[in-house]
Order: sequence, then structure tokens, then C-alpha cells
Amino acid sequence: MTAIAENFGLDIAERDALKRRLRAVERGRRLRALALVLPLFLFILVSFVIPIGELLRNAVFDPSIRANMPQTVTALAAWDGKDLPDEAAFAALAADLAAANKAKTIALIGKRLNYELSGIRSKILVSGRKAAQLTQGPYKEAMIGIDKIWGERETWAVLKRAGATYTSFYVLDALDLGLDADGALTPTPAERAIYVTVFMRTLNISLTVTVATLLLGFPLAYLLATLPTRTSNLLMILVLLPFWTSLLVRTTAWFVLLQDNGTINDMLQALHLTSEPLPLIFSRFGTVVAMTHIQLPFTLLPIYSVMKTISPSYVRAGRSLGAGPFYAFWRIYFPLTVPGIAAGCLLTFILSLGYYITPALVGGPTDQMVSGIIERAMNSENNWGKASALGGILLFATLILYFIYNRLVGIDKIRLG
Amino acid sequence: MAMSPYATPMERAWHVGLRLICAAVLLFLIAPIIVIMPLSFNSESYFTYPMPGLSLQWYKEFFTNPRWIDSVVMSIEVAVAVTIIATTLGILASLGLSRLAMRGKAAIIALLLMPMIVPVIISAVGMYFFYVSLGILSITWAPVGLILAHTCLAAPFVVISVTATLSGFDHSLMRAGASLGAPPMTVFFKVVMPLILPGVISGALFAFVTSFDEVVVAVFLASPEQRTLPKQMFNGIRENINPTITAAATLLILVSVALLTSLELLRRRQERLRGIRA
Amino acid sequence: MKTLPWLCAALLAGVSATAISVPKQASAEDTLTVISWGGAYQESQRKAFMEPYAKETGAKINEGEYNGEIAKIRAMVESKSVTWDVVDVDTQTALAACAEGTLETIDWAKLGLDRSKFIGGDIADCAVPNILYSTVIAYDTTKLKPGPTKITDLFDMQKFPGKRALQKSPFVNLEWALIADGVPMADIYKVLNTPEGVDRAFKKLDTIKKDVVWWESGAQPPQLLADGQVAIASDWNGRFFDAVKKDKKPFQIVWDGQAPDYDWWAMPKGTPNLDAAYKFIAWSSQPGPMAEQTKYISYGPANKDAGPNISAEVLKDLPTAPDNMKNVLYVDPQFWADNGDQLRERFNAWLSK
Repeated sequence: MTAIAENFGLDIAERDALKRRLRAVERGRRLRALALVLPLFLFILVSFVIPIGELLRNAVFDPSIRANMPQTVTALAAWDGKDLPDEAAFAALAADLAAANKAKTIALIGKRLNYELSGIRSKILVSGRKAAQLTQGPYKEAMIGIDKIWGERETWAVLKRAGATYTSFYVLDALDLGLDADGALTPTPAERAIYVTVFMRTLNISLTVTVATLLLGFPLAYLLATLPTRTSNLLMILVLLPFWTSLLVRTTAWFVLLQDNGTINDMLQALHLTSEPLPLIFSRFGTVVAMTHIQLPFTLLPIYSVMKTISPSYVRAGRSLGAGPFYAFWRIYFPLTVPGIAAGCLLTFILSLGYYITPALVGGPTDQMVSGIIERAMNSENNWGKASALGGILLFATLILYFIYNRLVGIDKIRLG
Repeated sequence: MAMSPYATPMERAWHVGLRLICAAVLLFLIAPIIVIMPLSFNSESYFTYPMPGLSLQWYKEFFTNPRWIDSVVMSIEVAVAVTIIATTLGILASLGLSRLAMRGKAAIIALLLMPMIVPVIISAVGMYFFYVSLGILSITWAPVGLILAHTCLAAPFVVISVTATLSGFDHSLMRAGASLGAPPMTVFFKVVMPLILPGVISGALFAFVTSFDEVVVAVFLASPEQRTLPKQMFNGIRENINPTITAAATLLILVSVALLTSLELLRRRQERLRGIRA
Repeated sequence: MKTLPWLCAALLAGVSATAISVPKQASAEDTLTVISWGGAYQESQRKAFMEPYAKETGAKINEGEYNGEIAKIRAMVESKSVTWDVVDVDTQTALAACAEGTLETIDWAKLGLDRSKFIGGDIADCAVPNILYSTVIAYDTTKLKPGPTKITDLFDMQKFPGKRALQKSPFVNLEWALIADGVPMADIYKVLNTPEGVDRAFKKLDTIKKDVVWWESGAQPPQLLADGQVAIASDWNGRFFDAVKKDKKPFQIVWDGQAPDYDWWAMPKGTPNLDAAYKFIAWSSQPGPMAEQTKYISYGPANKDAGPNISAEVLKDLPTAPDNMKNVLYVDPQFWADNGDQLRERFNAWLSK
């Protein structure tokens, strides 16, 4: 640069001015480009990223105890957790419960503590009603007299932990873990532990579906890539039509096909292959079949794109050098398709992790994946913290895979058919 | 791939075998769609073949029951609004991205396309928390929350397909336009738009179906009295599946066929144009 | 390509137009959103309450369905964006949501009704009882001969083989399991209140677990029975009644061990149409409309004054008919309000293993 400038006979001041102007122009251009991206960026930020942030916050943020038992939370701040708290804490407890009883917020306290101490809800409601009648101390004896749970260190330990603004409870619970009175990690009792099973099942189903789509998609992609364009375009429509058809419609179709008196069972019985209907619907088999059907194009299309770019002369060269047809395919052709396989399988795996509709409709209770459990926690259990914690973990897993995918393939290279 | 005349029996078997496997896979892909359509003309409310008779009663039910019709109208309203907003934002962003050369670009793209990858249930729950706290799920705002949510899910598709067309776009054309004295808007509409139009249309179509077919977000964000077509179908399947649902499914398949056909025509047109230019 | 700029301008205009026109202002006085449980039950409410009320008062009623998701009510109330004016809730919800402060407390004077005239009227403070229904089992008489006669038969896979359809909830299922395991009717909740009792109920459910199809919406069981997917199904009695009456299905209800319960009208706290909601509930709770509803579904009206208006023919299908009341499981609403959460959680964990 300097050499050129000198050759043109520019002095240093002129050179710097030119540089500055160039930079200004570049900056202006970049700003204009950024300004074009900005509306969508802001839109995604506000209506997508912030909501997800809200979800992550709900996984660790639960002010229900702090808001409804303010005096107790303050009184417990200095408690060392070794013995029962002092009289002041009991007085605060009595006052808080009485106030919550009056304000009709006591059920919220009961509900929150009940997550950690099974069965405590009704005891808290009763304690609230009775505490409202207490007029003077000593409150310690009085409260323990109302219910012996207040004489247990664990109750207070849970209360103190739940009183913090941020809690690890929901995230730990989503991993089938909990904290005991001393704050040590303990596994959730076996009859309630379920989430690890569900996460493993989600991985398991996703993996099965990924492998199935690869096994079915690879030969078809190979044929499509090697057929004359006219024929392959025609066959491609058969791949793209289901791809374009709504997931719900295809799940509905499988629902109809897999029913006990549905098309498949009917056909099997008509052919005398079975005498009784096979349990196809509400089963793992049905879930995997329907999901494989829906994900197949996602695996197939990237493989196909890669195969299209492989020149047949490579294999021909190998053959001419004496390789057998299968050897040539396996050692020359197949390695070249690996980027496509990686892209397609990774995409299918990522998308499979989030399935909800298909398992909900064609799966049984033991085929529900994480998304289904999140839906239930939201809508029927009314437990937002749990739904958020489960969602956070699923999101974390997805984002790691997304990062890998982006590094490996580049998300903007995705094919839409 | 014609077979060489010197093929060994093994190769011949492989040749035939591959075709058989592929035929089976294609059948697997297309069978559910083929099977469900005729069932919507069944005169009985079963889902088995052979059908005892043909009838249009389920279509009649679909087109006369206000629940179904209202849900179709609602879905179209939402999908059109989503298409317009997502396409506008998506075109602008793609234009910007194609001219942007800086270090954070990959991260920006990754963020803009994230709604496509994040499990819908997570987006739906998060949006539910946030939109509820903003109060935009109340009845006065009716489908605004749903439109915002669907636009998030749809915009990445527009970005992808417009970016793909822009990758072959020669930016000197814009400079040429500008140097001839055209203001930026004129350059955009007279030079850029005609060239990227195929990408824009396919992106818009994708945006439309993304919203039109979407069910999870609709289940979370729309209150029970606001029904979209997929939501109505989803509830119907869970309650009791009746052939009206297969009629609705058939109509949705026809919409997909129409969209696929327009895309295919678009692709051919583009290929033809490229052919002329080459 | 002259049209292009116009096209784009039109699109942009469209955006702004949609953005402006979207918030629809409904006039608050004459529009009411009523949410119920769908299917035959809501149909009966539509015919007996919503339609006549709309006709008489000129009000416009928006209807919606739900499956008892109280989370939706809570979210609306907490975000102060209540869109439901009147909701049909079950007893557990009436009690739990009331305790959590998400329902309006009923002002009986404002309703203009006599609380003592309502069966179960004193159970909940935030809801008005509207019907008495019962969870029962039923079977298809053409397929099971002879059919089950006792609730214990539900667990007898030898005598009555075939799948069962049960509600995807521990509610009533745990009680039935204990009855089948030999616990006397009077001790059910005493036993269920202990951890061992809960274990015992789940153990009994284990014996039929692999043969159960779990339903979530009350419209499913009659369908499952009709399709032959299950041999015995549980549901709310009105759903079976509707299938028998309207679709002429050969179903027989087994009244033994029936679990009667109430349904209620409630109003989410902070509904903008409170007065209209009160008016609707008051109108629907009169003896006349309540008796009218029994023509469409076999649920007992909660208003005692509606009794004399019901025909004897309808009466025999109600859960309260003396013949049907020989062995009744009286559900303890307080037990479920207190323990429902963790039992549901345990039930779900049990289901998905």
C-alpha cells in the first residue's frame, strides 16, 4: 500500500486522508447493510430471544415464598441451619401464615413447599387457619403444637432455600435430584423419578429415527442422484410432496393407518398374516415410523445435494484401476458422501429432539418425549418452574448440536426442497 | 445410470435390488398421503378399505359447520399477515446480510435462523410467558400474539431462500443503476426485485405454510375460542377422530400440492431464464 | 415489471392495515365468553343455557372448550388479561383455584339465588354448583356377555378379558383400585391418606396397566367402546347416556362404585364482564333451564327446585336415581385438593415407566 502511494507521489497527509475516506465509505456501507438487517434482528430479539430468556429465568426464579412470607424469609436469613430456628423466626412464621391466610395466598405457599415436601400443602393451610387465632407467644411451642412439621429441621431448611429469590430446585428436580436438610444432593425417590428416563428416551427415539432415515434415505438419494434428470425430477416430487404436507396431516394419516381397525391392521388380517390386530398405534413402533416418515426428506435432501456434485469419473477411475464395484463404491464414493450424511443426520437428530405432536397422537404413555412432558407440566400440572427447567435443559442440548451443525455445515446452507 | 453391458450377475442383482428398495421407500413416503385422501369420501365413519360407498358428507360438514369455516378463515388471516411481515423483514435482512462483511456475521445469521432449530414447544412456552406478561394475549389483541410468534418461525425460511437467490446476485448491477441516476428505491424495485423475485416468492410460500400448518404455538398462544385449522384438527384427533378431519387433511394436502406446483414452475422459469442468459 | 413497485407498496400497506385493524374492540356489555368441557356436555349447555339466554337477552356468547387446564386461568389472572368470563370447573379446581385466589368469590345476594337450594352449595365459596355427574364404567352389551356388574370386575382380566379405557388421571382410578383390592368403601380415604395405601392402589393398578388405553377427553371413551378398541371404559355417565340415546349404541352403565361429583360455574378473578357473567350464571341456575338441560344429558341439576320439573323417564338415568345409588363412592374433594398435585405427579411417573 505504502509503496503504491509513494509511486503515485502522494504525501503522507494525502495518503491518510484517502485512507480515512475509504474507511468512512466502508463504515457507511456496513452501517447501511446493518440497518437493513436490524428490523428482523430486533424482531427476533423481542419476540423470540427475550421470551426464551423469560423461560430460562422462570427455571430458576420463583418469588412465591419471598413474596408471601416476607417476615419469615428475613428472620431466617441469619439461621445457621443446625438446630431449629429461634423464637423470632417462629413468630414471623405465625404472622406470615396468618397474613397469607387472610390474603388467600396461603395455597400458593402450600403449593410451592409441597413440591419438595410431599403432603405439606394441607398442613400449611391448617396451620394458617390456626395461626390466625394466635395472639401471643411463645410461638415456637404454639406452632409445633399446631403441627409437628414445624418442629422438623427439614421443613425450615426447605423454607429457607425456597425463600431465596433464585432456586436450583426446578433444575435439579428436572434431573431427578433434590437437596436434603443439609443441602447435599440426593436422588429423587424411585417412584417419582422420571425425567432422566424421559431424556434418555428422547435421545433414544431421536437416534433410532435418525438411523432409520439414513438407512431409507441413502439408497433413494443415491438412485435420484444417478438417474437421468428428467426421471429423478419426477421421483423427487414424491419426496417433496410429503415434505410440503403439514406435519399434522401426516401424523393424522399415520393415526388412521395404524389404528386397531385401521388400514394396515385390516390388510394384515385380510392376508391372514395375523388373527388379531397388532398394537401399532399408541406404541413406540408407531411413533418411530411416523417420525421417520416426517424426517426422511430432511436427511435425504442434503445427502442428495452432495451426491449430485460427485463426479462419476472418480468411481470409474477406481474401477479402471482394478477395484471391484462394491469396493469402489465403499472406498471412493461413500467417503465423498459423508459431509451430506453428517448434515442430514445431524439436522434430523436436532429436529427429532423437539417432537411433540407425533408422540402425543400416535405414541403411548411410555413414548412421550421431553416436549410432551413440558406441555403437561405447563397445562395440567400448572408447574411453570418445572416446565421451564425441562425446557432449559432441552434447549441447552439443542443449542450445542446447533453449534456443531453450524460449524460443520452452516445453517444458511439448509435446503428447502 | 444405464447398466454397462459387461455387468456381473452381482451387479445386475444390485441394480435391481436398489430399484426395489427405492420403490419401497417411495411407497412409504407417499402411502399415507394416498391412503388418507380417498377415506374422506367414505360414506361411513370408518377408516378401512374397501369403502362401503362414496359420499361428500364430510366435505359438506366441513363447509357448513361454522367451527371449521371460522378456523379456516382465522388460519388464512393469520398466515397472510405472517407472510407479509416475515417476507418484508426477511428481504431487508437478506439484502443487508449479502452486503455485510464483518466478523460477527455468522453469529447474526445463526441467531436469525435459530427459531427454525429450537424445539417449538420451548418457543411456545417462552412466548406464552412473555406475551402473557405484556398482555397481548387478551381478546382485544386477538391474533396479534399468534401472528408475532408465527412470524418468528416463518422469517428464517424467507431469509434462507432469498439469501440463496442473492448469492448469485451481482452487486455491480445496483451500482450501475445508481450511477445512471436512479434513487435507491427505484434501484431496488427495478433492478433488484425482478432478479430475486423467485427467491422472494418461494420464501413467502414457505412463510405462509409455516404459519398455516403450525399447531404447537397455536395450542399454547390462542385461547380456546380462537381456533386455527390445525388446532381444530389436533383437538379433533385427540377427542374423537372422524372423517371430517380426513376431509380437512385432504384440503391441506391440496394446498401443499398447489404450493409445490408453483415452486416447481418457478424453478423451471428460473432455469429457463438462466439458460437464456448463459 | 412496472407493477412491482405497486405490488410491494400494496404489501406494505397491507401490513399496516392488518396491524391497525387487528385489535377488535368487543363491546363489553353484550359479549360473554363461556368455557366448558366440549362434547355432549357442552352441547347440552348450549341448548339449555347459551342459546336461550342469548335469545332472551340479546347477548352474544363466545364458546370455548378446555380439558380442565387450570394453568390457563392462573396465567390470565396473574397477567390481568382475563378473557374467560364464565368457566365450567370441577370440584378440585373450584377448591384449589379458590384457595389460590384466582376465582371471584361468589356473592349469592348479587346472584339473587338461595344458596341453600343448591346441592353441594356450601362446599366451595368461589363457584356455583350446576350439575351432579358421576364417573362410571360401561361396556358394550353385544360384545361382553354376560357383562360386568361390579366395579371390581374392572380389574378382573380373567372373567372380562379385553382392554380398558380409563381417565389419564389418578382421580377415582386409585379409589377403584383400592375397592377392588378389598378396602371397604368407608375406609377408602383413610387408606389413601397413608403412603402404604397409595402404594397399594398403584400396585393394584399395575395388574391391569398393560391393558389400559388412557383417555384425556370425555368424548373418547364412547368412541373407543364403539370401535371395539376396549371392552370396558370409564367416563362421565352423561357421555355414555348420549351415545346410547343419540347414536343408539348398545352400552350398559355399571352403577356399582359410581363416583358422583359436581360441576360448577366459576368466574376468573378480574373478568371485565363480571356483571354479565353473574347474569348468565343466575339465569342458567334457575330451575327451568336446569330441568331443560336434563333433556339432553343425564346429569342431575344442582338446584333442588329443578327436581319436580324432570320427567320420570329422564330421572332413572341420573346418578341420583335410588336404583343407581346402591354402592356409591363419595369422592372426598378436600383430599384431592390437598393431595392432587403429588398424586398426579406420581401417577404420571408411574405411567411413563
